Amino acid sequence: MKRLVPRVITSFVGILLILTAFGARPGPDGGGVWPVRAFDYVDRNFSVWFNILAVFAFILGGASLLKSHVAKVAHRRPDWPYSAVTLVSFVGVLAIGMLKLGGPPGLQGEVTDPGAWFQIVFDAIYDPLLATLYALLAFFITSAAYRAFRLRSPQAAILLASAFIVLLGRTPLGTWLSDPVPPSLGFLRLDALSVWIMSVPNLAGQRAVLIGIAVGVTALTLRILAGRGEVDGGGA
Amino acid sequence: MTGWWDPAVWNLGVIIAAMAAAILWGIHRARRGSLLRVRRIAGVEAMADAVGRATELGRPVLYVAGVTDLDDVQTIASLGILGAVGRQTARHGCRLVMPTDRSLVLAAAREVLRESYTAAGRPDGYTPDMVTYISDDQFGFAARVDGIIARDRPAACFLQGAFYAESLLVAEAGAQAGAVQVAGTAMSHQLPFLVAACDHVLIGEEFFAAEAYLSGDRDKLGSLRGQDVVKDLALGLVLIGAALVTLAAATGAGWLAVARDGMLRLLQP
Repeated sequence: MKRLVPRVITSFVGILLILTAFGARPGPDGGGVWPVRAFDYVDRNFSVWFNILAVFAFILGGASLLKSHVAKVAHRRPDWPYSAVTLVSFVGVLAIGMLKLGGPPGLQGEVTDPGAWFQIVFDAIYDPLLATLYALLAFFITSAAYRAFRLRSPQAAILLASAFIVLLGRTPLGTWLSDPVPPSLGFLRLDALSVWIMSVPNLAGQRAVLIGIAVGVTALTLRILAGRGEVDGGGA
Repeated sequence: MTGWWDPAVWNLGVIIAAMAAAILWGIHRARRGSLLRVRRIAGVEAMADAVGRATELGRPVLYVAGVTDLDDVQTIASLGILGAVGRQTARHGCRLVMPTDRSLVLAAAREVLRESYTAAGRPDGYTPDMVTYISDDQFGFAARVDGIIARDRPAACFLQGAFYAESLLVAEAGAQAGAVQVAGTAMSHQLPFLVAACDHVLIGEEFFAAEAYLSGDRDKLGSLRGQDVVKDLALGLVLIGAALVTLAAATGAGWLAVARDGMLRLLQP
């Protein structure tokens, strides 16, 4: 029973949501036969219900975060100062947001109003940290590209050559290097080759991946609807 | 519009029904005990080796189920793979670390792991602390995962799920820590980054097939066979479509144009 009930609910809701994708839409006045109105209602409201569930689950997440970091600080486990910083940040920002410190008073006050401490925390701490982390991507892309483009195999050589052409073809240097190419051989210009690589072999590969994803999603959905998924308890 | 159904999407219905029929046929054949020839997926087989390596080195396995919530099919697929990985870590007695960025994923992942450890005969090996909630924020989550990789030095990192710009931040941290990395995603824009930074990548359909492959379950393997049939059909349609469009334009034959238009009506959204 513990497994059967979630499976039945999953299958029922899953089939219902699939049917809504094929259901007719109600007219501008919201009218139509009852299944049409029912499909439309389900389509509009199920995502809202998911969000409501997610809000309750956030309490679980917050409790998990507090529990793990409080235990780490209390028992002075390795790297506990990081946990202390996490706890202070979590509780501090939560208090600032819930009490709406610094902003217009009352329930109608927005935490994003000018002068609100929450907004100051966002602008002065969160945004710079975000930008710092995002900037790391430039270095990470370089080191990852270095590993990927090493000439270790014929495939890596093709990858390197393609990347080199696309990179040069999208820079002024590529245009300058292609200037001596006569108009009759314009397809050999680096910018033209770059466009061809992106719009023919790359696009073909992307579409193959997308077709595969569609097939995979359909198979996974059928497995779940048949009660053979992992999340509804059908796997383990 | 007075009917129940939207006539504009009839072709979508036909395609999905055909795909479902092929997959159900595969499951039916598997249940009848027909010999199942399932293709090898190198990335999936590498996952078992990676867990073994982590066990030998006495270092943990890190599992990241992407950065999306349970309403994303990739997260569902990832939790399926987590179940199989959980059974392997349970059998080997290897520590599993799973940070999550969504509370619902936290709850679901704990349930999946609890069942996996029970199924592997090691219910005592499971603790809820294996799965922790970090933050809903994409980069806050990535920073914490990078911190876990730097401090815990996992021997294997499984990055399975939907990733966005943080994919390379996490994957590169794992690569620099010397972990064996197996990624899987259906986010085509992140695939190049994961290919560059990881040892193995389950690309698109392979990612959705991994759970079935790892489980060894007859029905799931049957659905995998059905998937292969659908892919073969898709390839056939692509070839036929390309030939029809080319020949219709080259010869100007009316019947070829009719066939081409009919095929376009069936396949175009």
